[in-house]
Amino acid sequence: MYNAKAVIIGMVIFVAIFSSPFWMGWIGQNYTKTGVTLPTSEKSCIEDTEFMRAQHMRLLDEWRDQALREENRVYVSALNGKKWVISLQNTCLKCHTNYTEFCEKCHVANSVYPYCWTCHIIPTEGKR
Amino acid sequence: MKTSRRKFLKVAGLSAFALASGMTALAGEATGQVAPGKYVKRDGMLQAKRWAMVIDTRRFNSEADYAPLIAACNQAHNIPNIQGDRNVKWIWTDTFDHVFPDDMNNHLNTAVRNKPYMLLCNHCTNPPCVRVCPTQATYKMEDGIVAMDYHRCIGCRFCMAGCPYGARSFNFIDPRLHLPKQVPNPAFPTRMIGVVEKCNFCVERLNEGKLPACVEASDGRLLFGDLEDPASTVRKALAANYSIRRKPSLGTQPGVYYLV
Repeated sequence: MYNAKAVIIGMVIFVAIFSSPFWMGWIGQNYTKTGVTLPTSEKSCIEDTEFMRAQHMRLLDEWRDQALREENRVYVSALNGKKWVISLQNTCLKCHTNYTEFCEKCHVANSVYPYCWTCHIIPTEGKR
Repeated sequence: MKTSRRKFLKVAGLSAFALASGMTALAGEATGQVAPGKYVKRDGMLQAKRWAMVIDTRRFNSEADYAPLIAACNQAHNIPNIQGDRNVKWIWTDTFDHVFPDDMNNHLNTAVRNKPYMLLCNHCTNPPCVRVCPTQATYKMEDGIVAMDYHRCIGCRFCMAGCPYGARSFNFIDPRLHLPKQVPNPAFPTRMIGVVEKCNFCVERLNEGKLPACVEASDGRLLFGDLEDPASTVRKALAANYSIRRKPSLGTQPGVYYLV
């Protein structure tokens, strides 16, 4: 092959860079390690962690319709039967008080930017 | 095997019925809720078949009499104070001939004619705003309250055109620019630019077992109760006094009554 040495080195470098998303994913951290700070005031969230992690947005969506349209403003947890008043601002954020260390850390890691806070009020920080 | 036409049709009809009912059952499954828990009503919430308000205008004589009611509402709902034609209002006041244009009478007594009157969303039985809303952001609840879901509002302002009472305000500017950094009521959200808002009959307070903020601040001059319950304060007040409503000829059936 003409100029084989340079071509092979070039090809190796190309393949390494081209496949970088895959191998950097292996050596990097996975999504469970976004470093969110969990609140300490309660032992568990309203449902188990797996459900909350995957479905919290759909849950909030359902909460909103139940509270605003059906006037069902209490949610009875399937986890332990505990009753929670349906309110993002007055229930969720009572425990999850640290916006930057909880909500934002995970949302930024996952590149999602929900605009809850144009209306709902983040505790202590006021407006963003 | 010989099958009669009649027998074939019988079997075919039965099969179609069985298949269709099976499909409907499946469709029912598909609309199940996301959360594994249950949704229930809040203990101690105030409930009614049809919420209504009675305003005893005989006991209000000036803007100053209405000021504490409006202040209580603004405080409870984080309503910004914006001057000019971009203002946001849930409760406001106007003159007799603007409030009751149907009742114009050249020889009305001057005290009644010259007083200001308190205005708010009428929570109509037939709300035109609900009919025109393309996203169902505004809707009528079982208890007669015409409520809004600001998440769904796209800011088209059809409801503002539809409402014959001018009860709706559009957020032309971010309301937080006109509110203190610590909002007056941190338990209630603000609105955002581009949505319409209006009085919600303090549905969030009724759920906590409390009367609306303006009623609480009115010192008994506003009455709030169930229009379907003959023993309620509003029904007693309406039975004992002459009352009028705004623009009755439109057929919207307002839920706000004025004693004059």
